[in-house]
Amino acid sequence: MSQLLLIIKREYLQKVRNKSFIIMTFLSPLIFTGLIVLVAYLSKINNAEKQVISVYDETGLYANDFEGYENYEFDYVSTEKEFAQVTSQVVSSEKYGLLYIPNEPVTKLKDDVVFFAEDAPNMDVINYITEVLENKAFESNLKNDGVSVEDIHKASTSVNIKIENFNGEESSKTANILKLVFGGAAGYFLMMFIIIYGNMIMRSVIEEKTNRIIEIIISSVKPIKLMMGKIIGTSLAGITQFVVWLCIGVVLSVVVSTIFHVDLSTVETPHKAMLENSGAMEAMVQDGVIEFFKLPLLTLIVSFLIYFIGGYLLYSSVYVSIGAAVDSETDTQQFMMPVIMVLMLAVYVGFFTVINNPHGTIATVFSFIPFTSPIVMLMRIPFGVDLWEIVVSVIILYLTFVGVVWLAAKIYRIGILMYGKKPSYKELYKWLKY
Amino acid sequence: MAENLLEATNVYKRYGDYTALNNVSLSIPKGSIFGLLGPNGAGKTSFIRILNQITYPDEGTILFNGEALAPKHIAKIGYLPEERGLYKSMKVGEQALYLAQLKGLSKTEAKEKLTYWFDRLEIGHWWNKKIQELSKGMAQKIQFVVTVLHNPDLLIFDEPFSGFDPINANLIKDEILRLKNQGATVIFSTHRMESVEELCDEIALINKSNKILEGTLVDVKRKFRTHTYEVALEGVNETILMSDVESRGFKIADADFDTLGDEFTCTIQIPQETAPNELLRFLMEKSSVTHFKELIPSVNDIFIKAVNNHNA
Repeated sequence: MSQLLLIIKREYLQKVRNKSFIIMTFLSPLIFTGLIVLVAYLSKINNAEKQVISVYDETGLYANDFEGYENYEFDYVSTEKEFAQVTSQVVSSEKYGLLYIPNEPVTKLKDDVVFFAEDAPNMDVINYITEVLENKAFESNLKNDGVSVEDIHKASTSVNIKIENFNGEESSKTANILKLVFGGAAGYFLMMFIIIYGNMIMRSVIEEKTNRIIEIIISSVKPIKLMMGKIIGTSLAGITQFVVWLCIGVVLSVVVSTIFHVDLSTVETPHKAMLENSGAMEAMVQDGVIEFFKLPLLTLIVSFLIYFIGGYLLYSSVYVSIGAAVDSETDTQQFMMPVIMVLMLAVYVGFFTVINNPHGTIATVFSFIPFTSPIVMLMRIPFGVDLWEIVVSVIILYLTFVGVVWLAAKIYRIGILMYGKKPSYKELYKWLKY
Repeated sequence: MAENLLEATNVYKRYGDYTALNNVSLSIPKGSIFGLLGPNGAGKTSFIRILNQITYPDEGTILFNGEALAPKHIAKIGYLPEERGLYKSMKVGEQALYLAQLKGLSKTEAKEKLTYWFDRLEIGHWWNKKIQELSKGMAQKIQFVVTVLHNPDLLIFDEPFSGFDPINANLIKDEILRLKNQGATVIFSTHRMESVEELCDEIALINKSNKILEGTLVDVKRKFRTHTYEVALEGVNETILMSDVESRGFKIADADFDTLGDEFTCTIQIPQETAPNELLRFLMEKSSVTHFKELIPSVNDIFIKAVNNHNA
């Protein structure tokens, strides 16, 4: 077996057989799903609790207008009682709040309606109440002008603008959201992968230094082989872990949603309930599925793999040289900071500029700079990027990778045999010239 | 076939402004145990790392068995570095197999040889233990086995006895001698001068990046002889003897008088051109000589003297 394969095999098996690695692999999805179930369960309980809002309506005009909103119910209080008396009743009966509508014409209410509540009220309810009041005023104004509500309904038309690019490909809001989710997820995933497994490689380099086995090994193996073997072996372990997580995640979410009857989708979007009522939810899901298959899936997957591998290898060579330069993990901070900052920059550029303008100057420039291009370009690609841009950016990325590996190998070769003191950036620069 | 297994000529190694090896040439004869000596930071490790092709010389040539040193020679070298360790959480057998395979042995070959060596050193029952369960000395034994496992032509030991108790140190010493007898050439770097005396055929001394001394142990000792003799005499008047000795042009070195009953012991240094027989003849005239021995400098003395002279 070739030396490189031997090293890869050892690195992989060491990582995969490690107890904490195994525990992490199988426990984290459980903890993660557990948390989601907990959140879903708690929000369900929260929503199930009935909240009563008393309405003190001096006009008597809104008798049937407040029909209830989600888990909030409206209770009309007789205005024969004094307002002060009602207030104390509301407080003592621990109702959610009290809505006070003064005796004024509906169109003149403006600033006079008051909502009393013990705690800061849910803004959704307040919006609902405002809407009801405004509609009432609107209809009343129309009536005063002699226009019937039916006429208004007849007069209004809804326009649905189709969005197409010049090639005749349709796009829609759903498609845009889908693209954002895809690009964002890919970029974020890459960042997490780099941080988690880059660290792991770094630790294994430091381990060989502190174990003092390094000199024994590099008397049989070229340092660059050892370095590449470590990077590849650890990455394979990382991919294994992610695949296991994915499988467990899928199985668990199916199991959990059938056993606990928790609709996991309610967690993220409280407004879905409204959409569901009107059947819009189903439409959206259908729309989503259609749009999903309209995405250039092959391009996405291929470019994801290319950028993932390139970006990950680029950063792991940096992590390797950090590990080689220091004696212990506590000394790594100084060198880790810039790495993490560049990664964060890439993700922020991705989330703030790509979303607004996927093909703007900033997004474009950052998708060419090698240390940010894997993340930023992955976020841009779902929105359609010219092939030449991708090709140029990939070439820059891989050329940089070769250059960085060459530099990292130099630092690695010197650093692994240096014990005792933490080098400064200046010394690292000197090592490059040895 | 070359007579020297290793021939280094005018080797320079620089790290930035610092010169680690300055025009060092060394010849290491086949089948010898070669002591590579020098103070800390003299450049020994730099030289050894060049032999292992961990680093490369800036100038100079190195011939291995008559050929320019190349990556293919790595499999013919076994290196036990001074800073050595093993993967703590890996099992002994697994780890030894891995390191042997990195040296180019096939898995079955490696297993066979490991079984032989583990039996030989009676450590077979450690196979499934993790390194962290073993003591330092035990781990050292495994490192030794891994170094010699692939029957290398050249063995490089940097402080091989550190961490061993006297019994195990002896065991390892015997193994080194046995390997030498089987034809291996050994480079031996240590600060324990008594083991140099015991083991080495040749030595070289490196100080401040320069080679300051090289040769067979016998030649080096001859070169550093001080022409000093330890004598013991019976029935003699010390004072008279002393003045007689001085008047003959001999020198009583150090004030090393020692009277045991009737016996008087002292050390006498004679001029370089004088033969020891002359001194003996002179002494025999004065008294009966019960003891006459040349004081040969120890490697320890030579080391200190040579380094101090070079530094001065």
